[in-house]
Amino acid sequence: MRIVLRVACFGLLLAAAWLIRVPFAMAENACIDCHKALKDERLNRPAIKIKDDYHLARGLSCHNCHGGDPTALDNKAQAHSPAKGFLGKPKRRAIPEACGKCHSDPRYMRQFNPSIRTDQVKEYYTSVHGKRLREGDQKVAVCISCHDVHAIRAVKDQMAWTYPTNVAETCSRCHGNAEYMKAYKIPTDQFEKYKQSVHYEMLTKRADLASPTCSSCHGSHGAAPPGVDSVANVCSHCHVATAELFAKSPHKSAFADLGMPACVTCHSNHDITKPSDAMLGGGEGTPCATCHEAGSAPLKKAAELRTMIEGLSSRIDQATTILTKAERAGMEIGAPRFELIAATESLIKARSAIHSLEVGQIKAATDSGSIVAQKSLESGQGLLAEVQFRRKGLAASMLVIVAVLVGLFFKIRDVDRRGGPD
Amino acid sequence: MTGVRITAWLEERIDLWPLRHFIQKKAIPVHRHTVWYYFGGMTLFLFGIQVATGILLTLYYRPSGEEAYESVQFIMTDVQFGWLVRSIHSWSANLMVLTMMMHLFSVYLTQAYRKPRELTWVTGMLLFGIVLCFGFSGYLLPWNVLSYFATKVGTEIAGQFPLVGQVLMRLLRGGDEVTGATVSRFYGFHIAILPATITVILGLHLFLVQKQGMSIPPAVERAHRGQPLKTMPFVPNFLLRDLFGWFVALGLLAALASLFPWELGQKADPFAPAPAGIRPEWYFVFMFQSLKYIPAKIGPFEGEVLGVLGFSLGGLFLLLVPFLDKRSASGEPSPLFRWIGIGIIAYIVIFTVFGYVAPAMK
Repeated sequence: MRIVLRVACFGLLLAAAWLIRVPFAMAENACIDCHKALKDERLNRPAIKIKDDYHLARGLSCHNCHGGDPTALDNKAQAHSPAKGFLGKPKRRAIPEACGKCHSDPRYMRQFNPSIRTDQVKEYYTSVHGKRLREGDQKVAVCISCHDVHAIRAVKDQMAWTYPTNVAETCSRCHGNAEYMKAYKIPTDQFEKYKQSVHYEMLTKRADLASPTCSSCHGSHGAAPPGVDSVANVCSHCHVATAELFAKSPHKSAFADLGMPACVTCHSNHDITKPSDAMLGGGEGTPCATCHEAGSAPLKKAAELRTMIEGLSSRIDQATTILTKAERAGMEIGAPRFELIAATESLIKARSAIHSLEVGQIKAATDSGSIVAQKSLESGQGLLAEVQFRRKGLAASMLVIVAVLVGLFFKIRDVDRRGGPD
Repeated sequence: MTGVRITAWLEERIDLWPLRHFIQKKAIPVHRHTVWYYFGGMTLFLFGIQVATGILLTLYYRPSGEEAYESVQFIMTDVQFGWLVRSIHSWSANLMVLTMMMHLFSVYLTQAYRKPRELTWVTGMLLFGIVLCFGFSGYLLPWNVLSYFATKVGTEIAGQFPLVGQVLMRLLRGGDEVTGATVSRFYGFHIAILPATITVILGLHLFLVQKQGMSIPPAVERAHRGQPLKTMPFVPNFLLRDLFGWFVALGLLAALASLFPWELGQKADPFAPAPAGIRPEWYFVFMFQSLKYIPAKIGPFEGEVLGVLGFSLGGLFLLLVPFLDKRSASGEPSPLFRWIGIGIIAYIVIFTVFGYVAPAMK
């Protein structure tokens, strides 16, 4: 009997707890609660996704964009009442302005971040996307295309579509879709090409967030292809020294006259691979040979430069190999290896100086590098000779030691026989 | 002929009879454990090599944060046979610790510490401690990355001692951090304080060994009850065998030093992060590894403090074992202490192996 009573009491307690729970868990936002319960995925998805939203975490919610009354519990008509400012789903065309309501207002934005930009919408309308949207093209990117919708995250959030490592994929969702881009007649292989580039490798494999992605060259809100004239400026943003050298070279004006985009002409744009010495010279497939005729003076000059650079490069490789060999043999190679760094620096300088096409400057760099590399090579050879000397010395001393041991062995036998252990 | 004349000349001035008598009389017992008698002499030989090579190294070594690494680099690359001297000094140090441990545990397991050799054992244990101090202080002297961090960790562990820890750590480091001042200080320990101490205690140890002669393991004694044990004269039979072993060691050292010259590594950089997989010299690895396994907190106590205390107590136990093992003293079998000894050896071996294998498995 008592057990039944106890079970009944426990059941009552559980029931009470369930009843009491409801008011405590009362929704802070009726929109989210109701929409979560809806069967239609189109209607419940926003409510589910919004838990990750940056705005929600800062006290903004559905009604800030969609209007309506979030406090109208169980009252669909009041919650969706136009009198309460309910907008429903904003028109795609109106989205930039809708976001701009807050994001273009410096006074409002200041409370969250005093140094935040508030010119994104203005900038957006200078982009190809923005211009086309004004012309009535509904397919172009608007804010929510790149920032997600209902799960908007801050750029510093690694899950954000706009986090540096995710940008290329975000852009490629439209730009890599051949079907979607059909009407625009622009290539759709940029992302595939970019994935082969040294920039992508730096960004994703070496986690160097400063390495460029789409927005670094095209701009983000003001996205547009850099014009032929501005390519060099865009690249020089990071490659300062190279750009300066190029500006002094005869290629600069020649490219400009021919309407060729500066850096892109030799290095291409999206699939920029690590430059190699093989790009230089007149061989087939080299960038030089695309403009200059076989056997022409410029190609001969290019071949000469390549010989200089490859000479230094192979000398450094040689010295490195010998030093590594000496190190494996246990030799101390700290000093020559340190010196070799100067040769490697000369090589970098010479490779960079190629952009100026000044033979004197390149030769000066390769010559000084070669002297250092040669010295390191000789040090390495000296160390390997020392290894041989040590081995021979060891063999000689071993002979002596073994001879002593043999002598001792016989001596021990002798003394044992005469008066050893009895 | 000259030898006889010199002896005669000396005999006139000093009474050589006791020495001659001792040399003639000294005999080594021959039984199945005789091989263990060689390890003390081997350790002494390697110690001699340490003294000789160490003195040579002082001619070029400069003990300061600015010059220590460069001077060792100079020894390794520019000084004639400097590489050989330094490599032999380093290899011999390691071999010496090894032979010393074998000597220690063979003495322990044959219960040679029992009455009347308690003081010999105590001086031996002190020598063991001093040699470890030699190893610890010498490791820092090249002032490379590994030695810097090993010293940092090692002195930190010393700082864990209750009450005196912090003072001890500052005393060792010569300040709050491991710096060039620590190098100068460790050099002082390594070439002045420790050698002076070891000379006195080693002298005492050798005197006691000669005074009391070789101990015969109780088990051997019991087995030969009533029968005299075979012996061999120390001079020349045993000494020649010793010499044979020393020449083998010399050959081994020459081969190790020329085929695997002791590495110098990178110069210490106090601002660089500690290199991955850092560990001390092999003979400290078992302690280092054990401290890693102890939880940070055990009840109200710091785990590391308890660990350090535990090792101190272990050392104290070994030091006092002749006074604790009453059964051995009266010549009876003492399996408890034998098993403790085997346990200590197993512990050291297992944790040393863990120290080298465990990080690779992570």
